[in-house]
Amino acid sequence: MSEKRITTPLTEEAIADLHSGDRVLISGKILTGRDAAHKRLVELVEKGEPLPVALGGQIIYFVGPSPAKPGQVIGSAGPTTSGRMDSYSPVLLELGLKGMIGKGYRNQEVRDALIKHKAVYFGAIGGAAALIARRISSAKVIAYEDLGAEAIRELEVEDFPAVVVNDIYGGDAYQEGRAKFERKEATGT
Amino acid sequence: MRELQAAAITDAVSRLAKEACYFLPKDVVDKFDSALESEESETGRDILRQLRENVSIADAEEVPLCQDTGFTVVFMEIGQDVHVTGGDLNEAVNEGVKRGYEEGYLRKSMVTQPFGERKNTGDNTPAIIHSSIVPGEQVKITLLPKGGGAENMSALAMLKPSQGRQGVVDFVLNTISNAGPNACPPLIIGVGVGGSFDKVTYLAKKAILRDVGSRNPEPHLAELEDELERRANDLGIGPMGMGGRTTVMDVFVEEYPTHIAALPVGVNIQCHSARHKEVVL
Ligand code: SF4
Repeated sequence: MSEKRITTPLTEEAIADLHSGDRVLISGKILTGRDAAHKRLVELVEKGEPLPVALGGQIIYFVGPSPAKPGQVIGSAGPTTSGRMDSYSPVLLELGLKGMIGKGYRNQEVRDALIKHKAVYFGAIGGAAALIARRISSAKVIAYEDLGAEAIRELEVEDFPAVVVNDIYGGDAYQEGRAKFERKEATGT
Repeated sequence: MRELQAAAITDAVSRLAKEACYFLPKDVVDKFDSALESEESETGRDILRQLRENVSIADAEEVPLCQDTGFTVVFMEIGQDVHVTGGDLNEAVNEGVKRGYEEGYLRKSMVTQPFGERKNTGDNTPAIIHSSIVPGEQVKITLLPKGGGAENMSALAMLKPSQGRQGVVDFVLNTISNAGPNACPPLIIGVGVGGSFDKVTYLAKKAILRDVGSRNPEPHLAELEDELERRANDLGIGPMGMGGRTTVMDVFVEEYPTHIAALPVGVNIQCHSARHKEVVL
């Protein structure tokens, strides 16, 4: 099994070709955001006000990097737990967001929204933050600078490693992967 | 009576913070290597390889292994014949945290008013400090940067004594199962059994500091550790929850006498970024 190379913005065709469990290498521009930025974006949507970033075809990476050392583009930058964004993600998917990168389970509502709006959830390797930082060639804050590590940044990435967790067909790499390697007597009685 | 300057404690804590966040303990790195040999899942092996590479990059560039450089948990074993002079001991620890996180380019993650304002304190203080008084005239400091993802999946249960060993086993396995990919497996599991509501979680937290591959000297606990390790790996969660045979790197159990009416169990989950560093002053 080799990796699929994909570039942003994500096209409908590229998305249709992604299946849960696929290993991918992502290149191009991606956005970052975590709890605080999501909260602000969704508040603007609710008020009917314009967003400071265009989401169509984009991928949001859930990350709050460590501070960059002098000479570094960005500090260590691994994914944070995605579940905290579950209450916000369906709103952004409705606006045309096509991908999210994080780690951990998404709730049913998000998984349904992915199918409905034809978008994908990727799992990155939590804790592989120094390695991921090397795949980021530029980073600039484009909104909410006051949020510090939580500001929205635009990153240029090259061969960013991830796995497709939830695809547009209802596949779930966590469930499928686990079922494949589970030995039954393990579950408590 | 030996005198120890508070400033020496600040220096030590600042250094420990940086080193803990850059360099993974050898027992953990060795476990990545052996898991790479035994892991059956191709994606799982791929992930383990990248974790291994991450360790080398962080080491060579002296950058944080993970961007989440955690709550700063500090254990101090203070010899009863030591006299700390030149400042307040706890302030000296916090000053060390502040300095280490600033100088080391570590992320500051502590916020005030947990259900309100949640304002970042700006320097990762206050540290979570556990002190104990021990014989002797040395101070041992252990610093554990504890990431939020794994800490959030940890759990406590006040079981009924009648639930016994089986109750403990079920609770530990269910906690690991619920954590799944969120806690960044492969995990180290610290289990406390007995004591009180507060004591049991302290035991669980201390347990995650043990060396991977070690066993509790008490045979009935060593046996429980073996069983929990095997059955946790049988859950199939695997590296980063993508499926595989390496769900835990190890499980450590510590016990303490408890009340006739009680059977507390604490499960502290440590992610694969199992960072900690210690020094004796
Ligand atoms: S759980 Fe551990 S490895 Fe994962 S993001 Fe948090 S600190 Fe990093």
